[in-house]
Amino acid sequence: MASLNKSTFLKVSASYLPLIILFISVFNEFDFNYLKIENFSFNFVYILVFYWTLRNPDSLGYFSIFLAGIVNDVVIGIPIGISSLCYLILCAVTAYIRNITLSPNFVKDWFSLLFTMVLINSIQVIILDLIFLVEISYMSYVVNSGFTFLFYPAFFLIFNLLNQIIYQKKND
Amino acid sequence: MASGRDDFVIAFRSAFLKKKDKQKFSLLSLIILSIIVIILSNINFKPIQFLKIGINEIIYRSSFIVSKPENYIKNLTLKFNEHMNLFENYENIKSELENLKEEQITSNFLKLENEKLRNLINENINSTEVLAKVLIDRESPFLKSIILNKGTKDNVKMGMGILDGVYLVGQIIEVNFTNSRALLLSDLNSKIPSVLAPQNIQAVISGTGKNYGIIEHTKDDIEEDLKDQDVIIYTSGLGGLFKPGIPIGKISKDTNNKVEFFSDFTQLDYVKITSYTLGDKK
Repeated sequence: MASLNKSTFLKVSASYLPLIILFISVFNEFDFNYLKIENFSFNFVYILVFYWTLRNPDSLGYFSIFLAGIVNDVVIGIPIGISSLCYLILCAVTAYIRNITLSPNFVKDWFSLLFTMVLINSIQVIILDLIFLVEISYMSYVVNSGFTFLFYPAFFLIFNLLNQIIYQKKND
Repeated sequence: MASGRDDFVIAFRSAFLKKKDKQKFSLLSLIILSIIVIILSNINFKPIQFLKIGINEIIYRSSFIVSKPENYIKNLTLKFNEHMNLFENYENIKSELENLKEEQITSNFLKLENEKLRNLINENINSTEVLAKVLIDRESPFLKSIILNKGTKDNVKMGMGILDGVYLVGQIIEVNFTNSRALLLSDLNSKIPSVLAPQNIQAVISGTGKNYGIIEHTKDDIEEDLKDQDVIIYTSGLGGLFKPGIPIGKISKDTNNKVEFFSDFTQLDYVKITSYTLGDKK
């Protein structure tokens, strides 16, 4: 009986893991987006949202992603709603890719991430720089997008492993 | 051709409008909600501002709690490093103390002289200070700011200066009921009216988004004046936000006019929120 309860608990915990990681990464002070290394940063949340909404959309709800964006904006100090909009556009692209592809292809996904990041960073820059007149460094955005693109394969492998564990637990 | 366009439209509509089993909201409705939130959060309407303050309060406190384990590990690492470098630090501090003792004698004289001169023109500076704890120092590559645990209930107001010891580190840009946000000097949007000593040149110190600042809005041939000597930068007091004479940073001979801030913004734990009034001596 105890082992049955334990296994149910593990199953439920495993399926919530992407959501927990998402909220910890937006709430926590530690941020891959700012590692205090000059000219090095990458957006972990973009990778997380992109992978999970593409490969296992049931593990991350759109409303949770919207809330995570609100939290991120408040913690970082940019006008509320901007990160939510960016994350949801990322979700829209992954939903579109899911609808048009029959068999997933890693390289196509990888380059779709680059295209999406260019799109959402442009939207973010337009909103911050042209509408809210917040001075921003374009170079930071370029560096950030570049490293996010480069780090995607590494996180893809880790998340794939996690996805398999979640599926295994679900099918147990 | 037509069927290709139809496929695109179907895929597009399905992506934005269709809800999956576990999704309670469609993407389109949430995207519209985000745009409404962006617009509303910047309208100066009292109920919306109160709602925004409420959200800020809850998220800042939650973020502080979530960051506790990480901060504990960070402090532990710092303490360990300090312990390992104890002897080296002791030697450095000993020699620094000797220098400071010598400088203090000169500075005491200057302080007295300054007070006398202010008395002569019947002017005095009253400053108030509130000690605040740094709740969150999560920075992003785009914005550099910290969250403090003092807000309107402690009389914190927009534009007040933030000091780390005696050094200026930033200014208040957002005030909630129990907490506030301060923009650090290193942020691109930070502009501080300053004076360069000993040349007595007025300038604006601007953040760069990196850990140094730059000189802006000053005389054209400034590089000639700054050549071959170290320069200390203080607040000039112009604009009335900061007390004149608060140390900001220095420009060393070989740093290409880069302003090195005196305070290390990554190590802020407790800071002072200050305001001052310049008035006649009563």
